[in-house]
Amino acid sequence: MSETVTRPSGGAPAPGGGEPLMEVRDLVKHFPLTSGIIIQRKVGAVQAVDGISFDVMRGETLGLVGESGCGKSTTARLLLRLMDPTSGSIRFEGQEITDASGNRLKRLRQDMQMIFQDPYSSLNPRKTVGTIISEPFAIQGMHTGEGERKKTVQELMDIVGLNPEHYNRYPHEFSGGQRQRIGVARALALKPKLIIADEPVSALDVSIQAQILNLLRELQRELGITLVFIAHDLSVVRHMCDRVAVMYLGRIVETATSDQLYGHPRMPYTGALMSAVPVADPRLAAQKKRQVLAGDVPSPTNPPKACRFHTRCWKAQEICRTEDPPLEVKDGGNVAACHFPLTDAEVAERVPTFRAVRDRA
Amino acid sequence: MALLEIENLKVHFETDDGVVKAVDGISYSVDRGQTLGIVGESGSGKSVSSLTVMGLSRSRNARISGSIKFDGKELLTASDDELRTIRGDDIAMIFQDPLSSLHPFYKVGAQIVEAIRAHRDYSKQQAYDRAVEMLNLVGIPEPRKRAESYPHEFSGGMRQRAMIAMALANDPKLLIADEPTTALDVTVQAQILELIERLQSEFDTAVVVITHDLGVVAEVADEIAVMYAGRIVEHADTDTVFAGPEHPYTWGLLSSIPRLDSPRDEELVPIAGRPPSLINLPGGCSFHPRCPYVKPDHMTIEPPLEALHDNPRHRVACLLDPDTRRKLWKDLREGKSPVDARADVMHDVAAEGSAVQAAGDTGAARGAVAASEEDKGA
Repeated sequence: MSETVTRPSGGAPAPGGGEPLMEVRDLVKHFPLTSGIIIQRKVGAVQAVDGISFDVMRGETLGLVGESGCGKSTTARLLLRLMDPTSGSIRFEGQEITDASGNRLKRLRQDMQMIFQDPYSSLNPRKTVGTIISEPFAIQGMHTGEGERKKTVQELMDIVGLNPEHYNRYPHEFSGGQRQRIGVARALALKPKLIIADEPVSALDVSIQAQILNLLRELQRELGITLVFIAHDLSVVRHMCDRVAVMYLGRIVETATSDQLYGHPRMPYTGALMSAVPVADPRLAAQKKRQVLAGDVPSPTNPPKACRFHTRCWKAQEICRTEDPPLEVKDGGNVAACHFPLTDAEVAERVPTFRAVRDRA
Repeated sequence: MALLEIENLKVHFETDDGVVKAVDGISYSVDRGQTLGIVGESGSGKSVSSLTVMGLSRSRNARISGSIKFDGKELLTASDDELRTIRGDDIAMIFQDPLSSLHPFYKVGAQIVEAIRAHRDYSKQQAYDRAVEMLNLVGIPEPRKRAESYPHEFSGGMRQRAMIAMALANDPKLLIADEPTTALDVTVQAQILELIERLQSEFDTAVVVITHDLGVVAEVADEIAVMYAGRIVEHADTDTVFAGPEHPYTWGLLSSIPRLDSPRDEELVPIAGRPPSLINLPGGCSFHPRCPYVKPDHMTIEPPLEALHDNPRHRVACLLDPDTRRKLWKDLREGKSPVDARADVMHDVAAEGSAVQAAGDTGAARGAVAASEEDKGA
């Protein structure tokens, strides 16, 4: 692997190095709902992200999981300043970035990049792969010599496992897996410190999915990039992430290391998510008592009061309807927002893989 | 007699680029009350084979041969009119994308009423009551009110449930579900799978579930057929496919998905390359360019789908002898890489083929080889 292209400035401490790269505090994004044609009155708001706080440590992979509509993609866009938050603070390397604009924002974008879900619509079909991957250089005014730019791009293509000779090909000449590699190369081009990957493998076939997951893990190990990994597939998240934050209706309801979260989820919502994952093992599948959540996620326009999960929670009691549970450390080290966290016995009954994981530990 | 019997079904499409062999000689049967899972990647022919059962792949450029017997009646030679009376009545289908399968202009209730009145001599009111009853059965809250909603007013899970209500409104004997949960969240997926299971046990419906998700078939299917490049390469009951799979492609699928109960730092072993073009299939075993255990004669001999001598219900299309396969699977399960397993069991110097290296090398080099392998297929 080429040292010149790949080593991001700022070095690569091991995961859990303890120093936060990004600190998010009370981040809020409400999309106003208006009525009226000429004079628009604000009649309400979609509370897409409603007061979330978390740190992203240098060199770690942080997973964001939750059902569709829970605000995970909005969070990703807020972190990259692709959207402006309603309120709250995002600090990147100690600097507040929510007020950055113009040149400062442009410089900031060198350090954070995104990999998108759909490798078909996130690449411009009329540009060659070379142009697509070198576009960040053009925007940032780097590697201006044509020969130099081409050489750098071809090194990037080599790193992500694309044939550098295909520099002049167009996206339609590549398969889905290869296109996603192009997206990864483009994200790596500016040697970012942080990459946000929003469902990077959910549009790919199973066998190709494993190739891209391995590539991301490999790159992270080699380059020490910090990764925020958004996915709805809990097995993929467990495989990729050091720490996981579970979101529900615009809030973070549980955060823990992967081992804690998958070993002993505390928030009943996390437990239900894990119980719902189909297990590729018929014997385990037959043993478990599937915890099926009734109904759909309530509307984020008018979320339930107090604990937002109480309408679907099998453990909910009166206090859950009146008092918002704070995020606090629970048994086993998980940080969860719940009045009645799951016990190990309850987890064992519902999450089929629990015993297998515990027995090995 | 099985409810659905498919014999040597071939569906070829003539195109300007050549003949697309979407389905190339598959045979299977499904009994009443039984669930068959068909697993494969995109382009393996799993959807086309089921569309053909419904008579939905008939087009001017399609060449269909073989036999599809439903309840003793041959469907391939049936007229369009005959098929129309069966479709939506005896055989129903659930599609992957409920938003594009429901008509955006009509109310959900009205669409179910139409499906009922196409086959039953019901009055509008009777059919409407039946539609509401079905919506209630699939767990739509306030069904009478929601029957008056348009599809866009439903969430993804509710739309899929409305589709299921429509499919089951005429008590079909066979339900074909093509990726029924792929577009859905895990929580909604669990609801839909439970619904299909419950309705199946209530009505003794035969179900064919088509999916790429091995987890889904592990939970719902009694038997699994693994398809690759238009053929079935392995077919057995669900426990056998997961406990003792015998085809290298099945092994590849099983080891390329992360599992909740495996050690977290376990490396995924992807299948090198990508599925072949159905116009220009590789000679011999069509999996050979991606198979880590390939031998020279595998490139010329086509493996038949044969039952194992010790388990006639387990059929495999692989040229390796059964003892070798079992030793290889044992090694793989102990965590050996395909290259090591090959060296250990087959006692030959690993073949020069890049597929073998690709599957075995570590790190980004593997990605690079895998990608160039993809290019060769392009």
